[in-house]
This record gives sequence, C-alpha cells and structure tokens, in this order.
Amino acid sequence: MNKDLDKKVPLLEVRDLETAFKIDGQYHNAVDKVSFTVDRGKIVGVVGESGCGKSVMSLSIMKLLPKGAGEILGGEVIFDGKNIEHLSEKEMNKIRGKDISMIFQEPMTSLNPVFTIGYQIEEVLHNHFNISKQDARNQSIKLLKSVGISRAEQVVNEYPHQLSGGMRQRVMIAMAIACQPKLLIADEPTTALDVTVQAQILDLLKDVQSVNDMAIILITHDLGVVAEICDEVIVMYAGEIVERSDVRSLFKNPKHPYTQQLMNSIPKLDAEEEKLGSIKGIVPSLKEMPRVGCKFANRCPKAMPECTEITPVLAEDEKGHEVSCLLFEASKTEEGTKIT
Amino acid sequence: MLKYTLRRILGMIPMLFLISVVVFTLALAMPGDPFSGEIDPNNTDPEYIEEMREKLGLNDPIHVQYGRWITNFVQGDFGKSTRYKMPVSDLIAERMPNTIFLGVTSLAITYILAFAMGMYAGRRPYTPGDHFIGGFNYFGLAIPSYIAGVFAIYLFSFQLGWIPFQGSVDITLEKGTLDYWISKIHHVITPAIVLGLLSTASYTQFLRNDIIENSRKDFVRTARAKGTPERKIYNVHILRNSVIPLITFLGFDIVTLVNGAIITEAIFTYPGIGQLFLSSVTNQDYPVLMTLTMMFSFLVLLGNLIADILYGVVDPRIRLD
Ligand SMILES: Nc1ncnc2c1ncn2[C@@H]1O[C@H](COP(=O)(O)OP(=O)(O)O)[C@@H](O)[C@H]1O
Ligand SMILES: [Mg+2]
Repeated sequence: MNKDLDKKVPLLEVRDLETAFKIDGQYHNAVDKVSFTVDRGKIVGVVGESGCGKSVMSLSIMKLLPKGAGEILGGEVIFDGKNIEHLSEKEMNKIRGKDISMIFQEPMTSLNPVFTIGYQIEEVLHNHFNISKQDARNQSIKLLKSVGISRAEQVVNEYPHQLSGGMRQRVMIAMAIACQPKLLIADEPTTALDVTVQAQILDLLKDVQSVNDMAIILITHDLGVVAEICDEVIVMYAGEIVERSDVRSLFKNPKHPYTQQLMNSIPKLDAEEEKLGSIKGIVPSLKEMPRVGCKFANRCPKAMPECTEITPVLAEDEKGHEVSCLLFEASKTEEGTKIT
Repeated sequence: MLKYTLRRILGMIPMLFLISVVVFTLALAMPGDPFSGEIDPNNTDPEYIEEMREKLGLNDPIHVQYGRWITNFVQGDFGKSTRYKMPVSDLIAERMPNTIFLGVTSLAITYILAFAMGMYAGRRPYTPGDHFIGGFNYFGLAIPSYIAGVFAIYLFSFQLGWIPFQGSVDITLEKGTLDYWISKIHHVITPAIVLGLLSTASYTQFLRNDIIENSRKDFVRTARAKGTPERKIYNVHILRNSVIPLITFLGFDIVTLVNGAIITEAIFTYPGIGQLFLSSVTNQDYPVLMTLTMMFSFLVLLGNLIADILYGVVDPRIRLD
C-alpha cells in the first residue's frame, strides 16, 4: 500500500458496536451501536460519567471482556483495513500488545505482584518478537528510561509493590509502547493518581505519542484533560455516543445538553465557590435503561415532551461536529423512532 | 533470611522447654513409674526394688529428676525402651527411614494429584470436568482414612493379591538391590495413597478456587492485553500467585503426615514411627513415648518455621527480617 493512500484510511473504524451483559437471562446493552473512527497519529478523547460504557467499549475493541460476562452482539471493528472482530483468540494475541496496546485505570493492581518489572516488560517483547533474553533486558531498560524512570537498571529487578502508583503507570506505559503499536487505548490512566502525578503522566503520554507517531484513545471523565491533549472528542452517555467533534469546536460550541453539563462541572481554578455544578441524577443502570427516546431525557434541563418518545440519532449538525439530540434537526430522522 | 531463621530457632527454645516440662509431668502422672525400665519386673523383693529405685534416682526430688532427664535428652540420650530393652535413639533410627519414605511418597501423591486436578478444574470452572473433580473430592473428604485403608487392604491384598498387607519390605531380599527398592515401593504405595489422598481433596479445591479468583484479577487482563497466550496466563501468571497460599500448607503437612501415619501405619502394619508410638502407648513404654512426643512437638514448630520461610521465598512482598 502506498503511503498517501495509507493516510486516508482511518487507523481504526468501529461500526455499530454492540456489547451486552446478560442479567437474569436477558441481554442489556452496555455499548449500544457505537460508531466512530480514529485517524493515524491522533489523540481521541472519550468522555462521560462513570458507568457510561467507556471501559466496556474499549475492552470490546481489544476483545478483552471478562469471560462469561460481556458479549459482543454485533458490529465491526476494522483496524488498519482489517476486520478484527471475527478473529480467533490466537490471532487476536498477535495484535494485542503489538499493534494495539492498552493501559488501565488501576496501576496498583494491573501489574502481577510476583514478577519483576523487567520480566513483565520483557514478556510483551518475547510474545511478539524472536528476541534473546539479554536483548530483551537491554530493551526494557531503555524503555523504562524513555518513560522517565532514571533508575531503570535497578527497577527492572524490582517488584511492583516497591514502586509508587505513578511509577507503576509509567511501567504500564513502557510495556504498552514496547512494540511500537499503532494504537494505544488508555482507560482513565490518571484517575487513580495524585494531581501532580496526573499531569506528569499526561505529558508522558503526549511525548510517547509524538515520538512513536501512534494514535491514542484516551478515556477519561475529565474534560479538562481532553482540552489539554486531545485532537478529537467523543462524548458518551449510557452506552451511546451523544456528541463527537474536534476539540476546538466542542469547547467553543458544545451542542448536547449533556456535554454542556459536563463542561459546567469542570472545576475552575479561579472560581471562589467550592461546589461543582455536577449533573443531577445518575447514569441509569443497564436494567433501567429506557428503550425508546433519548436516554438523557430524565436528567436533561432542556428536555421536551417528544424526547421520551423519539430516539435521536447521531448526525452531523455542522461540518465535523455530530450530535444526537432532538434540539437539532439532523438528529430527527424517520428511523429515529425505534419500536421495541 | 539467615538472621530471621536463627532468631526463630532461638525462639523455639522456650517453647520446647515448656513442652518438655508438660511431657515430663504427664509421664510422672501416668500409672506406673516412667523410668523403672531397668527394674526386673519378676523380682518383687521390696528391698531389691528400693535399691534399684535409689540407684536409678527415682527417689530424688522431682526437679532433680527432671534436670537429669532433660540434660541427657539434649545430649541425645533419650533413655532405654522398657519394652525393647534398647536405646530409644536406636529404635527411632530404625523406624524413621520407613516413615520418611512413606511421608515423602504420600506428599508427592498429594501434590501431583492436587496440582493436576486443581489446575484443570480452576481453568474450566463449572464444566462437567470441574464438577466431576469436585464430586470425587467431596467423596474423598467424606471417607475416613481408616475405612479407606481397611477397604484397600481387603480388596487389593486379600481379594486381588496385588499388594502386601504388612511390613515395609520383603525381608528375604538383599539390601540395596533393585528388587529390594521395588519391594519397598510395592509395600509403601497403598498406605501412601491412603495417606496422600487425605489432603488431596482440600488442596485441589483450594487451588481451584484460588485460580478462579486470580483469573479475575487486573493483572490477568494486563497479561491478555500484552498478547500472552491463555496457557501461559494460567500456568505462569495465575499459578505463580496461587501457589503462595498453598506453600503455607506444606508446613502443616508435616504435622498431618505424622498424625496420619499413626493411623495408616497401624492399619497396614507398616513398621514406622507411627506404629512405634501406638505400641509404646499400649506398652506404657514411657521413654519412647516421651521422646516421640517431644519429637512431634518439635516437628510442629519446625513445620511452622518452614512454612514461614517458604512464604518469604515465594512471595516477593514478604520480607523476612
Ligand atoms: N462485568 C460486568 N457485568 C455486568 N455489568 C457490567 C460489567 N462491567 C460493566 N458493566 C455495566 O456496563 C455499564 C458500563 O460500564 P463501564 O464501561 O465500566 O463504564 P465506564 O468505564 O464508562 O465507567 C455499567 O452500567 C456497568 O454496570
Ligand atoms: Mg471505566
């Protein structure tokens, strides 16, 4: 494939992805017909309150859902021009850690407590390359240095419990970039860390992104983080994408009432008041999810009577800015009314 | 680690001292004179008995008697068996290899079976294979070892004639030859299975449950995200974590084996320490009884120490110092 053509095809295309959990014998969608694309070398932020389906969506892309719990009911995941949704476990293993890597929210528990840091980084190298022990060791020291761990020579022989949370997240990043993947999925990588460490880890992610020219899907519930480092944003609510746009347009002109409310809840550094404008109510659990209408309607300050009857669709309201809300003409389509 | 071990060993001394006082007191409280083995029981002449008692120090104050006993004891002189008329140390040395052989064989059986079944069931929970193993184990737990032992002898020795029902070796064979060793294994295998199965069930279920629990941990998801094959995730990432709690059992195994050996050796008339212990109880052979009780207590303490040290070896989060 020629390089220019390569640039035009998105790195990742997710189409109508549907993931459900079986509760009392019935499927309930945690991710409901989600479609989006990620371009090469771009950072795409995914925001939404907790319980919106961000983690389930990213685990579905990697096919890492907990065994026997989550199930992908439909949709396609096309990575680098190849549909990976139907791949066997063995074929997926060739992609995981090599072309797509993932880091998680909990650096304290994400590393195996009984193996050395070196072992755990070298494992991903051995999984994907035919590499000698010595080379893998040298490589892992180099990787640790590249994520800002200066004592790399000692750290390779240490165990996770000897490191702080921030250090462990650096180790996770080192592991994730070891094979120079094209896509890194970071699921709330800074949520569990101290504020000062959060900033360092975000800077590091930005660094490794530009050095390796990889794309990142950055999951977070913090719009401040998005504003800082993302190129594009996906706003998720109750398993669906409610708004999608480039960062600039989203912050200048947030369209969906949910997005607007999320923005109001960003802490402002100069604001006197302690209280955040947090959104009233909670994300509905899978079982109480409304089947018809907008899922945000019951918490929406701008809700209209038809919001509970007509299901809005995600559609372009202006160039490059999609929204799924009945306040916008584009979202009102014939197919908008789903009968279940 | 060395310092820790030494400190723990030193810490055992007061424990052992207390135990020795209890053992000595109990022996005195038992019917008959614990140390009267040298006195000819057929000579009932009170003058002779009194003379012997004086000579053996049985008329001394208790603390003097205890002092003499414990001094000899720590120097390796455990006294003379009243029944076998030979030093207790020789008697134990003669039986010990048999019990160790039985213990090691049964441990090997326990661990091989428990690991094979536990790893299989833990990786495939709630499948027919898992249920079968679970059922087998509860069945095993429900049958007491003495019933299993008697049944095994009845079936395999008396009915089928496959295995010997007593002894530890065919005594006509020359020591050290291949046939001699085969005969030893032949003799030990049934009691070892009966003894080994005693802990197999609980170990298997423990390992299975721990594997299932660990398979839900975040680090397993990380390993998957790295493209690590499923087989390696179970056999390396999860197993290495699940082995840690099992290691503690290894220390207690020593105790279980000693207890189990007493019953099993008696059923199979296997000449080991357990059988010696039982016969010394029935024969009021106090020097043997006291020595063995001291030895078993020491083994319990040693077992705990071994468990703690192994724990420090296999779990990097635990530092012994
Ligand atoms: N293993 C599971 N079993 C049942 N429901 C689950 C499971 N994991 C997640 N869910 C449900 O799926 C929804 C989305 O969860 P998640 O993706 O973890 O949210 P987020 O990452 O956005 O905080 C939630 O309603 C959650 O309760
Ligand atoms: Mg999450």
